[in-house]
Amino acid sequence: MGLFTKFFGSQKSGKIARDRLQLVLVHDRSDISPEMMENLRRDIITVIKNYVEIDENRIELDLEREDSSVALVANIPVMTVRRQRGKAGR
Amino acid sequence: MASRIIVVTSGKGGVGKTTTTANLAVALASMGNRVVAIDGDIGLRNLDVIMGLENRIVYTLIDALEGICRLNQTLIRDKRIENLYMIPTAQSKTKDAVTSEQMKGICEDLRNDFDYILVDSPAGIEAGFRNAAAGADEALVVTTPEVSAVRDGDRIIGLLESMDKSPIRLIVNRIRPQMVKKGDMLSVSDVLDVLAIDLIGMVPDDESVVTSSNKGEPLTLSTDSPASRAFKNIASRIAGNDVPFQDLDGLDSNGKGFLGKIKRAFFGRC
Ligand SMILES: Nc1ncnc2c1ncn2[C@@H]1O[C@H](COP(=O)(O)OP(=O)(O)OP(=O)(O)O)[C@@H](O)[C@H]1O
Ligand SMILES: [Mg+2]
Repeated sequence: MGLFTKFFGSQKSGKIARDRLQLVLVHDRSDISPEMMENLRRDIITVIKNYVEIDENRIELDLEREDSSVALVANIPVMTVRRQRGKAGR
Repeated sequence: MASRIIVVTSGKGGVGKTTTTANLAVALASMGNRVVAIDGDIGLRNLDVIMGLENRIVYTLIDALEGICRLNQTLIRDKRIENLYMIPTAQSKTKDAVTSEQMKGICEDLRNDFDYILVDSPAGIEAGFRNAAAGADEALVVTTPEVSAVRDGDRIIGLLESMDKSPIRLIVNRIRPQMVKKGDMLSVSDVLDVLAIDLIGMVPDDESVVTSSNKGEPLTLSTDSPASRAFKNIASRIAGNDVPFQDLDGLDSNGKGFLGKIKRAFFGRC
């Protein structure tokens, strides 16, 4: 038995249609344009650089889709953490 | 009364845009409005045959744009009903024959002479749709209760929103109440849940739509069939009347159907 039949089994086809529609729209609507993705990456870098030094060239930023959810997953290699002001550095 | 320009759109093809445009044009005109229906589906014209006016075409929209005739020479008056006109498009031209700017200009020129200007758009998200929609203030989105049609409808709604059309309202067409009752068709309430826009009407699947298109007589001209009543109700809602929705889902005995939902939405709003 495929994954599909396992999920949707013996349900009424109207219910199956609704579930499939909801899933497909979650995916469709999360399609962010490359341009928007690039702006997002740039803004994230700007914010994070205030706190830690990062390797900008090795940042991975992606939308990951799973069944009914979409996650923004970032892998940002940290080089050094900035010294916090007002605290004695070690 | 200020004139209203309304584009009839859909993501997926064949869901009933042209049928809707023709029937709403007739229904709005029978309510006493001056109405013109424009065929915005350049190269694949259909509105003329659905309205039964194909033998009366002399000039098309494209002829007016190319300066071959004046815009008012393209207007075909429907002799069956007062104050109803149609502007046909060319069958031989391609979709690029009209630009968005030209379409806007035409709609603005007609604004003074009509209460309602309905534009039948081609399906999809390409240039043809954008041009047809360019001159419109408002939009109607037609879908059938099927996954593919609703999904593509979602794309079109996004585009219409980015084009600042308002209001954008939904028509669910070709509903089969018996199938919905059995749980074998998406209900209007399901469709509303995912698309989250205002519903303006539901049209049942109705054989008389086919017979009326065979004859070139829009249903709302004469027949009293379920689809005809549905289109008349939609026209009346467009005109601002508060027409109660029919229960095509057959789900409202338990309060879970869309009628309950609509009531909640309305009460929530006022
Ligand atoms: N409520 C209905 N009941 C039965 N048949 C219908 C109904 N609505 C539309 N149809 C049929 O569906 C077909 C497509 O309708 P129509 O041409 O209006 O769709 P369209 O969205 O304009 O298509 P296109 O995208 O090709 O322009 C026609 O054969 C029409 O008779
Ligand atoms: Mg059509």
